[in-house]
Amino acid sequence: MKSNIIKLGLGCALALALAAPAFAEDSLYVPLFTYRTGAFGGSGTPIADGMHDYLTMLNERDGGIGGVKLAIDECETGYDTKKGLECYDTVKPKNPVIINPWSTGITLALIPKASVDKTPILSMAYGLSAAAKGDIFPWVFNPPDTYWDGASTILKYLGGGSIDALKGKTIGYLYFDAAFGREALPFFQAEAANAGFDLKLYPVAPADMQNQSSKWLDVRRDKPDFLIMYGWGAMNAAAIKEAIKANFPMEKFVSIWWPGDADTTSAGDGAKGFKELNWHGAGSDYPAFADIKKLVIDAGKSQTQAGEFGGTLYDHGVYNSMLIAEAIATAQKITGKKVVDGVDVRRGLESLNLDDARLKAIGLTGFASPFKLTCADHNSHGALFVQQWDGAKWVKASAAISPASEKVQPLIDAAAKGYAEKNAGWPVRTEACDNKS
Amino acid sequence: MFYREAGQFKTSYAADMAIFPIRQDRIGLAVILLVAFVAIPAFGDQFFLNTMMIPFLILSLAAIGLNLLTGYTGLLSLGSAGFMGVGAYACYKLQTYFPHVNVLIWIVVSGLASSVVGVFFGLPSLRIKGFYLVVATLAAQFFLEWAFARVPWLYNYNDSGAIEVSTATLFGVPITGPNATPATRYLVTLTLVTALAWIASNIVHGRIGRMWMAVRDMDIAAELIGIRLLRAKLLAFAVSSFYIGVAGAMMVFLWFGSAEPEAFDINLSFQLLFIIIIGGLGSILGAFLGAVIIHLMPIGLRALPALLGVKVAAATVEHLTFMTTGALIIIVLIVEPHGLARLWQTTKRKLRVWPFPY
Repeated sequence: MKSNIIKLGLGCALALALAAPAFAEDSLYVPLFTYRTGAFGGSGTPIADGMHDYLTMLNERDGGIGGVKLAIDECETGYDTKKGLECYDTVKPKNPVIINPWSTGITLALIPKASVDKTPILSMAYGLSAAAKGDIFPWVFNPPDTYWDGASTILKYLGGGSIDALKGKTIGYLYFDAAFGREALPFFQAEAANAGFDLKLYPVAPADMQNQSSKWLDVRRDKPDFLIMYGWGAMNAAAIKEAIKANFPMEKFVSIWWPGDADTTSAGDGAKGFKELNWHGAGSDYPAFADIKKLVIDAGKSQTQAGEFGGTLYDHGVYNSMLIAEAIATAQKITGKKVVDGVDVRRGLESLNLDDARLKAIGLTGFASPFKLTCADHNSHGALFVQQWDGAKWVKASAAISPASEKVQPLIDAAAKGYAEKNAGWPVRTEACDNKS
Repeated sequence: MFYREAGQFKTSYAADMAIFPIRQDRIGLAVILLVAFVAIPAFGDQFFLNTMMIPFLILSLAAIGLNLLTGYTGLLSLGSAGFMGVGAYACYKLQTYFPHVNVLIWIVVSGLASSVVGVFFGLPSLRIKGFYLVVATLAAQFFLEWAFARVPWLYNYNDSGAIEVSTATLFGVPITGPNATPATRYLVTLTLVTALAWIASNIVHGRIGRMWMAVRDMDIAAELIGIRLLRAKLLAFAVSSFYIGVAGAMMVFLWFGSAEPEAFDINLSFQLLFIIIIGGLGSILGAFLGAVIIHLMPIGLRALPALLGVKVAAATVEHLTFMTTGALIIIVLIVEPHGLARLWQTTKRKLRVWPFPY
């Protein structure tokens, strides 16, 4: 019993010591939830590096944002919800201006806390699709597209511009069987009924990510005309390898935006022709990337490995940090304050307007497409395109395709309403709106 | 010198049979409870309460449940995470159907649902033992995990497949959901865990506990002296699953706030098993000590580099924590294979004769 007392005492002392690492008043605390360890580290590392490098570059080149330095702090989540919550409790006392959970599971757990703790959540192209509704989820942002937008775009692409053209076809859906992969399921099911195609489901349990042979036996048996994948971590690389083994034509294999260069490279030549959706340019041929290379990577201030720079996942990370930076800059502009807090950054996100002039100013013309968010629309549902692996790099394989908003929007409205109803006592939006249109 | 019972006379059988016969132990326990109920909620910050104490208590409670089955009755089980899930999902369903009943009632009642499932999957224990029973409970684990992901009714047909906790109040104070303060949730957790640990301690020191231990030590002998194995083993499964189910409901409602089926995967079962092995099989105290090593120690290790002012990358800290935790577990098991609870007993025995050991 006495040892218990000692342990409790130690625990108390530890907690007190943890509680207050003082941060300089004139800095903006930006925690990054990353995962460089565990089964998802392969996907998580390039993203973490991209996020970290862009923000570090702003610190080096411009002295932060609006003259205020960014305090960048990584917290390792291991893509595990429990550890993500731990990270949240660790960073919360330091007044983060924004939280990027980088896991649909962690996002779902943090959504109810956002409005209570007054910290906006940015889940870039992942998380809860319904969170695109700003009037119900004022604190959650998921630009530039939801998983349902992605699903509708893939179907449009496969149908040559119209989902209805898929009538009579068989479409396989190979997905990561967790919140992330299941998110798109209701959309595919609704569309299968609407357009009259046959939907075959191939769920891959997180534990079986690298052992998908049984699912691919099913794929061989069903012989789907097209295969759509929503995978993550080791699942993507394993699926591409299995597709090669099963002789599944790569041209008919389309994925959501998460497979990275390492996934296709590791599968060798057979991966040539593999397609995935994306919303931003590939490679690193943009002025801002040149600054990252010069000021961060070559200066030894980054953990980026050779070959990672300019890859799809690295670029996702850069895009994510660009959103953070632009939200902060917009918040500074609206409020006139230099040191903004979570409440201000939420307003900044709602007034985010990336036009061509702004993209040119930040050196990302051609990388990102212009888009804007409003109080009602926290997503923008921007146009996407399909990119194809040519054996060494990604090349654009389609023109810009807009998501089928007329089909996605009703689902989002219903889901957001359902979420608020199921969670009795969901707060009614009281936050003022700066940007109605 | 201070830990000696000289002069403490027992004048009744009740005093002689007390769980804490030495006055110093009783004082120690009172101090712990005082610290836990008053000092920690008063001074603990969000991180300490949310990340350290609440999970520690909930894992301890689940470990007590598993200890009743594995430590006291000798039935190995790897289905604990599944049973925790049953508790959580039962509580979720009950709360959606009857939102006006206090959630604390549902947390306790959902333990009964877990009991029923536990008894069902405990049936094979009458025929098989040891590793074979592990395989049978493993089936329970996989089946239940599958059900949480595949039966949409369980998660109210949510698109995400996750269950979410809404705000519930007790005497007007929110105790679950985002509006509940860490201190409130901690106090609720602590009260439930203290009450259930006290009941468990009474069960194992009484007739039922002795019956279970007889079955554990030699079931044929137990049968010969008149213990009905069927009832004893199923009762162990029922009570154990009840505790584990309550812990599962608490995990989602008072700790996570939402949960996916992956929260109840086999790793959690292993974690609970390690807690009782390291803490000590067949000991209530052991469940708490094991949770300290398995849950609190890695958090402390993770905070160590920052405390010492060493700048280490987040991923490296994670790797170091993994390695150090593993090494420490092995060291603990080499030093005391019977777990920390036995270590504490040995220490106590030595303290009583200190400074004149013999």
